[in-house]
Order: sequence, then structure tokens, then C-alpha cells
Amino acid sequence: MKWGSNTWVGGSLVAIAIGVAVFAPWIALTDPVMDANLMNAELPPSWEFPFGTDAQGRDIYSRICYGARISLTVGVVSQICNSLIGVTLGLTAGYWGGWWDDVVSGLTNLMLAIPSLVFALAIMAILGPGLVSLVIALGLTSWSYSCRIARAQVLSLKSQGYVQAARILGYGDLRIMFTQVLPNILGPLIVIATLGMGGAILAEAALSFLGLGIRPPFPSWGSMLSEARDQIRAAPWLSVFPGLAIFFTVLGLNLLGDGLRDLLDPQSQTRRA
Amino acid sequence: MNSALLQVDDLHITLQGDGAAFNAVENVSFEIGRGEAFGLVGESGCGKSITALAVMGLLRRPLSLGKGRIVLDGEEIQDASAARLRELRGSRIGMIFQEPMTALNPLSPVGRQIAEMFVLHQNASWSEAMDRAEDALRQVRVPSPERRIKDFPHQLSGGMRQRVMIAIALACRPDLLIADEPTTALDVTVQAEIIDLMAELCAAKGTAILMISHDLGLVANMCRRVAVMYAGRIVESQAAEAIFATPRHPYTKGLVDSLPRLGERSLRGQQRLREIAGTVPSIAAYPSGCRFNPRCPSVTDICRSTAPDITTLAADGLVRCHHHE
Amino acid sequence: MAWCGAITMSDQLPDTLLQLDDLAVHFQVGSALKGGVKTLKAVDGVSFDVKPGECLGLVGESGCGKSTLALAIMGLIPPTRGHIRLNGHELSARQRMETARTVQMVFQDPYASLNPRQTVRRTLADPLRLHGITNKTEVEHRVMDMMDKVGLRRDRADRYPHEFSGGQRQRIGIARALILQPKLVICDEPVSALDVSIRAQIINLLLELKDEMGLAYILISHDLGVVEHVSDRVAVMYLGRIVEQGGWQEIFEDPRHPYTRALIAAIPDPFHRADARVARAKAHGEIASALNPPPGCHFNPRCPMKADRCVSEVPNLEAVAPGHRAACHFRNSAA
Repeated sequence: MKWGSNTWVGGSLVAIAIGVAVFAPWIALTDPVMDANLMNAELPPSWEFPFGTDAQGRDIYSRICYGARISLTVGVVSQICNSLIGVTLGLTAGYWGGWWDDVVSGLTNLMLAIPSLVFALAIMAILGPGLVSLVIALGLTSWSYSCRIARAQVLSLKSQGYVQAARILGYGDLRIMFTQVLPNILGPLIVIATLGMGGAILAEAALSFLGLGIRPPFPSWGSMLSEARDQIRAAPWLSVFPGLAIFFTVLGLNLLGDGLRDLLDPQSQTRRA
Repeated sequence: MNSALLQVDDLHITLQGDGAAFNAVENVSFEIGRGEAFGLVGESGCGKSITALAVMGLLRRPLSLGKGRIVLDGEEIQDASAARLRELRGSRIGMIFQEPMTALNPLSPVGRQIAEMFVLHQNASWSEAMDRAEDALRQVRVPSPERRIKDFPHQLSGGMRQRVMIAIALACRPDLLIADEPTTALDVTVQAEIIDLMAELCAAKGTAILMISHDLGLVANMCRRVAVMYAGRIVESQAAEAIFATPRHPYTKGLVDSLPRLGERSLRGQQRLREIAGTVPSIAAYPSGCRFNPRCPSVTDICRSTAPDITTLAADGLVRCHHHE
Repeated sequence: MAWCGAITMSDQLPDTLLQLDDLAVHFQVGSALKGGVKTLKAVDGVSFDVKPGECLGLVGESGCGKSTLALAIMGLIPPTRGHIRLNGHELSARQRMETARTVQMVFQDPYASLNPRQTVRRTLADPLRLHGITNKTEVEHRVMDMMDKVGLRRDRADRYPHEFSGGQRQRIGIARALILQPKLVICDEPVSALDVSIRAQIINLLLELKDEMGLAYILISHDLGVVEHVSDRVAVMYLGRIVEQGGWQEIFEDPRHPYTRALIAAIPDPFHRADARVARAKAHGEIASALNPPPGCHFNPRCPMKADRCVSEVPNLEAVAPGHRAACHFRNSAA
């Protein structure tokens, strides 16, 4: 299997992000929460503090390292959850049609009508702040896109010869859905998933800012970004570094998604080979 | 000069691939006389459609015209300006395509699409043009034309849409009608009607036809002369009656022999059809020498190394084979 | 419904592989909100049988219902009325696996009928495993054997469909249809989407396999040349009904329904240009929509022999000779 540049670049960025998250205790310079010295508040980048310090005097670099854990967990886990829900609902609704399709479509329309952030907010308000609640809230509210796309893809594939052939050969519905249809609709679904991960990371930022996500003093890229909003001109390093961290991670996820989609498609394999 | 309406001389069309240029069409020459029906037959990928596009000046990247001459009524048009080509299209050359649904504008009523021809090429006013459009629909035997001119393409059946296409193509009485697989997407009984209609209208208006198809029987039935293309080259050209009765090129012979024809089973029983071995080569992998050589039952060494020259036959025919009959 | 004794008690023994008995498939289209619900009678009272080893050619143009009929026989669409009997047993959704081992289908479009993400090996081996053949050696043996039979090279078993040409893909489709060793294969326009120069290869292959494996075929095609060459018996469909039915020679040499004559007349015959008799037999106008079929005989608006009776009275499928039936009031008149 040949790896295109997308997969390499994307994979490397994601690997770096994961590495940073996993090895944070070893690569961070200070404790992200406890080492706060107001004497060092809002210092620009220097040898001692490579990314500068925040308003509380904490080392931004270390906070970014630990923040990777939160952002990646939120982004990846919640999106996997969303994709699982959305794809299962969309796949079955499109394939079986009938009343189930009506129910799922109705539910999807409902979800799309309510801004997902507001919905997540409501769930957070009930569950209280924290990482777990955040993942649950974000994981249950953004599945409509994958559902819609999956359903549309299934509808167009349903009448393809090989799906009919599978039915004629005696394959059961579930087997057809998961072995015949699903592999052929993965492309757009992977792309949506990676875009969704980026979106989740940003949603975390919003919720944390509103006090419902990760509460200070624990670091997450999103909350760091939110806290630094007023200081963009005075102390740009407060927002630039968390921003760059989010940017490269989301970029990496998207490129990796594109690469994966191509890797899984036998037709693009031989074309490049 | 002779009285040929269209003269195509040593036409070459190049296909620009990833880093390499391929000869999609090579050394194609034919002539169509005024009012004559000429057929160009071949399978998908043989280059017949792009030859037609070349005549109309409609080749787009990655296709481009290599060397060769295209002469319409004495005027060389292979290098004509875009403006001149636009003038010619519609007024001197009309074209109809295989898929009328995609060739017609789905957002415009069919009457308007026909009327456009009169407005663009004959300086008619819109109201005059719409009247003439209704007439045109009547000529192609669309029932209730006064109502149909307001219909959109999706409201018409496949056969009706093809009639509209014919009306558009013949609106300004062009000298030449190019028909690219015009009936392939239609049902058999409708096909027969459309072909009859085309033949009748063209005979009445003195329009020559260049009929492109993969169906040798259809073309031989409708046209006076037929040319057979294979892998970008014309391999045989004869009068229509002769091409079926006495095909000279192994490919044509193979085609004629391999397709079951009505009435044969009563005469000869259910015999195994004579196959043509192998598959149609892709443009990137044309065999050297004679391009049909991997599939030819009469192949010899010379066929693999040298491309055969054109041999002229009686009555304006030609064949390109080292071992023609 | 006049069957003229063609179907008797003795014909219902397993001697008959497939038996269709007044089969109808109707669809409800539209909704109460959009101009009312209409009934699309895709198949409207079709009866015929297919014996083991026999090839029935089913001829018709778009809208005649032949594809819907094929899907109904396969058990993919439930019939609205009538019976489908395979080997004497009524077709039932619950016996999906057994039906799969009896009836299979070859599709028209070789480019859309294979899963692009499955290798040939997997496409052929999976159904075997699904039907209980788990012994790896046996699966491998049957897969290779089938590839040989359809003329595919064994070393290409691990390739994907897009690496094959149209004709080769159709061979894979045929292999897939035959891997479970069915008794009846429905071939839906098996060569229409293929290049002209390779159609003969596939037709010959289908005939060879029929003899080798003792198969019965229902060949659906609009290409009368192919139908005449391959079929033992022929049925002609128009807008959901069978209009003529009989042996291949009878149908092509002595057609008794104007539509059959029109189909034959529509074929361009390079040896008989502008034959007057042919011209008279041609149909005019467009095929009506199955949603709004003309009253009486569906073919009447296009029929060169139309009379008043044709609009008011539906002609029944009645015998003109033993085994040859036509649904036309003028079935016994000269062309």
C-alpha cells in the first residue's frame, strides 16, 4: 500500500500531538497548574519560558503540553461517538426505509434545527463541568451530519447491482449494510469525522470559556485561547501558541483523514502505483 | 475542386496524458458528398466521436488537433477562428448527441431552445422565431406542437427529446448533420422511427449526414457509404451493401460474423457464434504495427511490426490490412 | 383468464422449475398531498413456466416490466397478486437461502454490479462460506474451478474489479451467479453494456455453461438477434402484460401480435432496405407510461391494425397454435 504525502504529513502532525499528550509529564518544564508565580505574569517568550507566561504566571508551553491531553481526548472521543451514532442511524434508515427512516429523519431534523452548541450547553448544565461531561455532551449532539451523509450515500448505493446481488445470494440485511455498503461510503464519512474532531476541539473552547467545560486552572487549548481573547494585541503569545496548537492538530487530522480515505480506496491505489 | 461537401484529410488527434501524448486518432481521411449519408462505425474508444468533435472544432484539452485538414465546402476550417466556427456551427453544420437529456438545457422550454437558432443565425425576431420553432416541431412530428413549445425537456419522453434535438440541429437547414449515436439510448421501436425521420428530413432538405454508431446494421441500412474505425484508424470503407456482404478487413468480418442476426438460426441452426478474441485496446496501450494484430485470426509477423498502408478498392472503397480479402 | 390447457395438474410437478401464475406487481406512487396516489402496474397478470435446462427469452422495451418481473422472481419485490413457484414450492422470504441456491441473476451493467472494494476471490468465496462451506480447501477449489469455467486467469483472483475490462467484469458477474450452482439464472441484458466485438464471447460462454451445468435461463433482452439465437421459447411483454408467447421459431417467423411484428420491423436489416411490408408493420408514436396505460389493449394507440374493439375490450392471451399464444383480437389475421 502506497502512502501519499497527505498521509505522511497528516500522520506526523497527529503523531506529534499524541506524543505531546502522552509524554506531557516528561516534556513539560513545569507543573501546569501549581507553578504559578504572579511575579512572572504575562512575560513574552524567553529561554526560561519558551512560549511565555499567562496572566497567572504559568508557563504556557507546559500548559500546552498538558492541554493536548484534554483537547485530543475531547476531539477524538466525542467525534468517534458522533460518527458511530450517526453512521448507524443513517445506514439503517437509508437501507430499511419505512417508518424507521421517518423516525430517524425526524430526529435528525430536530437535531439540525437546534444549534449543537446550545444543546451541548444544556447537557453540560445538567451534568456539571468536567472532562467526562464534556465528552458526553459533545458526543451526543453532533451526529446529524454523518447521519445525513450516510443515509444519502446508502440511498444511492441501494440499487447498485452488487447490493442486489448480495441480497440474491442470501446475505442478510445487516451483513449487506456492514460488508457491502459501509466500506463503499467511508470516504465522505472519514472526512466528516476529521472535520468534526476539529469542530469538537473548538466547541470545547467555547464551553470552557462559558465556564461549563474545563474549569481553570486546568489547561485546555480551548480555554487558554478563550482566556487570552482580550490580550491579543498586548500579549499575543497568550493566544498564538494555543491557536497554533489547535491549527496544526486539526490540519493533521484532516490530512490524515484524506490520506486514509485514499488508502482505503483500491482504485486510487493502482492509479498511483 | 470536386464537389465533396466535407473533406477530412489525414486527421490526427492527440490526447495529452500524464506526461505522455497519445495518438487518439491517426491518419483518418474521408469525404462526404452533398446530401449524402455517410456512416462511421466503431466501438467505444475507437475515436469516432472525437473525430466528429474535431470537425465541429469542439476539441478541448486534453484533446487537441494534430496535423490534418478539414475542408467544408472548399473552406479549410481546421485552423478557423473561434468566431468563424461559431458562425458555422448551427448554420452550416448541425450536431445531435446520444443523451438528449444532457444535451438540452433543462431550465429552458424546448420551443425557446429551437427559436434560439433562428435568432442567432438568421437574425429573426423572437416572436418570428417562436412561430418557426412551432413549425419545426411539427416537421419532426411532435404531436400538439403549439403546446409542446412551452414544455421543458424533463416533461418529454426520450424519443420526443431526440426529435427536439433534430429540430434544433436542422433548424437553419445546415449542409451537414453530424449524429453521434443518436438512438442508442432509445427503445428499439422508437429508434426505428427516429432514424426514418432523420433520413426523410435530410433527404427533403438536401442535408448530408455523418452518422456515428457502434451498430453496423443500423448504419449500413441508413447510409450510402460506411467507414469502420478501430483504435483510432479507419480500417475499411465501402459502400453500405458491400460492407455487410463482402467485408474485406478481418475486424469488419469479425463484427459481421459475430453478431447473431435474425433468421440465421432457421437457416443454420444454433451454431456457436464466431468470436473475436481479446479485448479492445486502451489508448495508452495501442499495439504496434497493425492495431488489430493481437486479435486477428490472420495475423503474421509483418502485422506486428508494420502498420498497413491503405489499399484502394473499387467504387471509392479502401481497406487497411496486409492480408485483406 | 384463458390458459387454453397450457397449465394442467401434471405440469405442476417438479418437472417445471419455475411457475408464474397470474403474477402482478403494483406500486403506489405519489401521495395524497401531491395530486393523489396512483397505481403503477409494473407487472399486470403474467403467467408462464420455465422447465429445467430451457432458455426463455423475455423481450420488451422500457416500461414493459421485465426488470420488475426479474426482481419479483428473485424474491426481492413482494408480488401484489399471484404465485411464484420454484420446484413446486411457493417462493417465500423466509427461505432466502434456499432460493439463493436455486435462482441467481446476471446483471446488465458490469461496472456497477461488482463491489469495488472486494477482490474477485472474496466476491466468489463469501457466498460459499455464507452457505455453509467452511472448509478452506474446498472453497478455494470451487473458486478456482469457477474462474476457469468463465475464462478468467487464476492468478488474477486477488485483483479488484476496476483492474478488469467490461467483458471480464461480466465474466466475474457470471461466475458469482453460478458459484452456488443454481438451477435457474436470470440474465438481465447481459451483453448490452459490452463492446460489440466481445458480445459473441459472452453469449457463447453463457450457452456453454448452460449445457455444462444444466442451467435454465430467463434471458431478458431488447436485442432480438440475441434472443433468437439463444432462446428455446420467447415471451414478448408490453406495459406489464405478455402479448405473445411461443417457441422461438414461431415467434420470429410467424408473429401474431402487431407489437412483435413492430419489434422485428424495427431492426435495421441491411439486406432488405425499405421493404414495404416492413414499413407497414412499424409502430408509431411513443411508448405510453405504465402509470396511465391506454384503455383496452395497451398497444392500441400505436398499432397499425387498431380498431374500435381494441379500445373497449382487453384481448386475452389465447392460442393460435399449440404452444403459441397471442393477446390480440386479430391474432388469426394475416399481417
